[in-house]
Amino acid sequence: MQIDNILSLVTYLPAAAALLLLFFPGAAKTAIKSFALAASLLAFIFSLHLIYHFDAASGTMQFVESTVWFRTATITVSHHLGIDGISLFLVLLTTFITPLAILSSWSSITERIKPYMMCMLFLETGMVGVFCALDLVLFYVFWEVMLIPMYFLIGVWGGQRRVYAAVKFILYTMVGSLLMLLAILYLFFANGGTTFDLVAIAGNLASGALTLGRGEEMWLFLAFLLAFAIKVPLFPFHTWLPDAHVEAPTAGSVILAGVLLKMGTYGLLRFCLPLFPGASVEAAPYLCVLSLVGIVYGALVAMVQPDVKKLVAYSSVSHMGFVVLGIFVFTAQGLQGATLQMLNHGLSTGALFLLVGMIYDRRHTREIADFGGLAHGSPILAVMFLVVTLSSIGLPGLNGFVGEVLILLGAFVENRLYAAIAAGGMILGAVYMLWMYQRVFFGEVRNPANREMGDINLREKLLLLPILVLMVWIGVYSAPFLNRMEASLQLVQERIREAGTPAGGYRVLAPPAGLEKTGLD
Amino acid sequence: MGNDLIAILPLIILAAGGTLIMLLEPFTRPERKGNLGRLSVLTTALAAYTLSFQWSDSPGKAFGGMILLDNFSVFFQWLFVVVTGISALLSMRFNERESINRGEYYALLLFACCGMSLMAASGDLILTFLGIEILSIATYVLAGFKRRDAKSNESALKYFLLGSFATAFLLYGAALIYGSTGSTNYEIIRTVIALQGSFQTTVLVGIGLLLVGFGFKIAVVPFHSWAPDVYEGAPTAVTAFMTVGPKAAGFAALLRVLAQAVPALAADWTAILWAASILTMTVGNVVAVLQTNIKRMLAYSAIAHAGYILVGVVVNTREGFGAVLFYLAIYSIMNLGAFGIVLSLSRQGDQHVNLADYSGLGRTSPLAAGALSLFLISLAGIPLTGGFMGKFYLFGAAIQQGFVGLAVIGVLNSVISVYYYFRVMVFMYMREPLEGQPEPEAINPAVLAVVLIAVVGVLLLGILPGEFLDLATYSTLALK
Repeated sequence: MQIDNILSLVTYLPAAAALLLLFFPGAAKTAIKSFALAASLLAFIFSLHLIYHFDAASGTMQFVESTVWFRTATITVSHHLGIDGISLFLVLLTTFITPLAILSSWSSITERIKPYMMCMLFLETGMVGVFCALDLVLFYVFWEVMLIPMYFLIGVWGGQRRVYAAVKFILYTMVGSLLMLLAILYLFFANGGTTFDLVAIAGNLASGALTLGRGEEMWLFLAFLLAFAIKVPLFPFHTWLPDAHVEAPTAGSVILAGVLLKMGTYGLLRFCLPLFPGASVEAAPYLCVLSLVGIVYGALVAMVQPDVKKLVAYSSVSHMGFVVLGIFVFTAQGLQGATLQMLNHGLSTGALFLLVGMIYDRRHTREIADFGGLAHGSPILAVMFLVVTLSSIGLPGLNGFVGEVLILLGAFVENRLYAAIAAGGMILGAVYMLWMYQRVFFGEVRNPANREMGDINLREKLLLLPILVLMVWIGVYSAPFLNRMEASLQLVQERIREAGTPAGGYRVLAPPAGLEKTGLD
Repeated sequence: MGNDLIAILPLIILAAGGTLIMLLEPFTRPERKGNLGRLSVLTTALAAYTLSFQWSDSPGKAFGGMILLDNFSVFFQWLFVVVTGISALLSMRFNERESINRGEYYALLLFACCGMSLMAASGDLILTFLGIEILSIATYVLAGFKRRDAKSNESALKYFLLGSFATAFLLYGAALIYGSTGSTNYEIIRTVIALQGSFQTTVLVGIGLLLVGFGFKIAVVPFHSWAPDVYEGAPTAVTAFMTVGPKAAGFAALLRVLAQAVPALAADWTAILWAASILTMTVGNVVAVLQTNIKRMLAYSAIAHAGYILVGVVVNTREGFGAVLFYLAIYSIMNLGAFGIVLSLSRQGDQHVNLADYSGLGRTSPLAAGALSLFLISLAGIPLTGGFMGKFYLFGAAIQQGFVGLAVIGVLNSVISVYYYFRVMVFMYMREPLEGQPEPEAINPAVLAVVLIAVVGVLLLGILPGEFLDLATYSTLALK
């Protein structure tokens, strides 16, 4: 049975729950936590409905809902929601990560629980909304509104330099997004000033009913790109990320790394490529180089971090570079790998932040130098950390491998040098992660506290288990995931190929026959 | 003649209400002066009610074209009576606390409202000038109403001196235009310029001088230097009124003159205002960043918002003018709401208005902090608040006419403004409460009502702005 308006349900259920939380007395901490957890779990269960009824053969929007949001004499803004193979898993990732993030703050957040949980739930609504919105204004609204709860999560419940990090986070993001707003308005008027509907505008662009001049297209592309590149973050726009990650509370980091960064790469796939294919092709070499720089630079900087959390934060810069690379080589494998890698990075980095948070809760330090020999006292924690580490560095059999190999394949077809450098980045990734693991978990126990800090408890096991299951699942049998993405990504790729090949004299981007299918699905 | 009087019935009600309050003042015991405040609120409500009958699809005239009866004037007069009523509500308890609760205060508010209404309804330079004078004299006195307070005195004197200087510019501009076109009536001026086919340099100079005068009222850079000192020194309730009412009135008169009298010179005045807009928003925002006093910060933010609103004037289309009206309404609501919170948190003698005083407010008064955050978020232009819709429509109008550069500078300015608006939230939520602070007095019902109205207004206009946007755009039919 199909549920009507399922996307609205999944999107607004957390916000509604957050409003209900207002009526809870602030002292009823357990009730508040349980209610927030229940609401986010409910949203997750409803989102499972999406995957069950999703038609993998179709690349177009599904579960579409469209009503008028507001209308003036000249402007109509619609409440248009829908998902395709690109957004499906990102919606699920969001609804999957949020309950985990809430559960992870069960004992670590002790003050101002009510506003904290409200922020988490509003944040979830904003994130799901970003992935579902098909109206440009609606998208922008979700994109911006989501900043406020994140700002408070970092600024109120964060670490020592939380205010600095929160302000930096919001200012960086605002610069990009406000220019995107102008680009949205420009596109709206260029399209005749009638609709903000993404599907309609993209359709007009594809059919030639709306044509943009080359310079015009490039400027619009850049305005969108800036917003997304800051979010990803693409080198050199990454400087807000280490601060935000390190200062945010564990759950904030998990959501930041797990979902928020994906909004950037999602935006590239959903807006930049289909709306401005010509400019995308033109800018692709530069963006590939920037993402390669990000891969290597992120890895090198991660290597020398004395702080585990900061190390994981810089590893995100490196990993998200892979995703951007996969997108801008425009090959089938690259796009698939990028989309899958968004999911993988959400899982593995989310899990890493959870684990770092667990260690921090026990030892109140994140300095690698303070650790050593944790495996002696906390064997289960050590094993779980190892699995997640291996997933992050792309060990075959775990999820990271599938995504990164697809991206490397895709890059290889396009440009062998890209693939070589990216592969070098992968090796660097293994170096810094394993080196960190060794210094933290192995070796002599120099500080007795490291032996006595205690292994993880049942709640924490429950937190990690679903993530580990998914890691193995995607690593061993990724077909159910890739199949559902394929059709939608093909549409994006066709759009690029149409615009990328003819008059402008761009290179032919079709990969050689035989490499079309990866063989992995 | 009868029709003429009906046309200005709202004005008559306001003036009569003000006079009545003056008459009752000597016979009211000090502790019951609040009733005079209530009377003034009632007067504005009555005026708003009579205004609703003037809303019509066919514009008319009264007093031989001196008074224009169109929806533009009705929209603005509504705005003015609401602003005045809200200011009176904000003032009552505040004035008691500051021991300045005298009837004249409310009478002056009503007279100021008369002046503003005249500015919006006027179709003649002379009447516009009279409106400005009525408004100005009332606000000079209001700014100095705390006559034992040196800062309040400074505020009034500064405003008066610079204000009269600016008025002189305005008058001289009007004289030059009269000299070269032979009339002070907007319609005749427009016709004469159109018939001449060209215009004399004196008209251009006249417009320039008029712009100086209006620029002063609106606090446009470089004629803004009075604003921070005056806003800071005036009693907070008066500051709330001054940042919205006279500013909106200035825009009303400016739009009337530019669009109805000298549309032929659009190329010239849009160029001037383009530069003024950029200067105003940039200076306002950049200097606001440095402020540690909330009143002063809101004063500079008021300057910055005038810069945004000028974008709509520069665009010079119906959408642009509609955006101006919409933004002025939104801005009035959110700014009055913010001032409502600021003045109810302040202590006797207008103390306790520094950023540091707001430390930990999220814990000590969560509702006040929440409401203030909402207003600040709206002032910063974050979606789902009226402030976003205002900017959306304003910059949309600019983009539509190809003013992309102006819009880009506008949004970059918004980013700056996010910094200082959100900094208040940093203090409220991310710092611990200071030790040994006296408890703020309980928020009084009138202020609470204002804050509630403002919260609802900000959210409603942010989530479902459609009809109100249409109303604002429709009100500009007379201009374009």
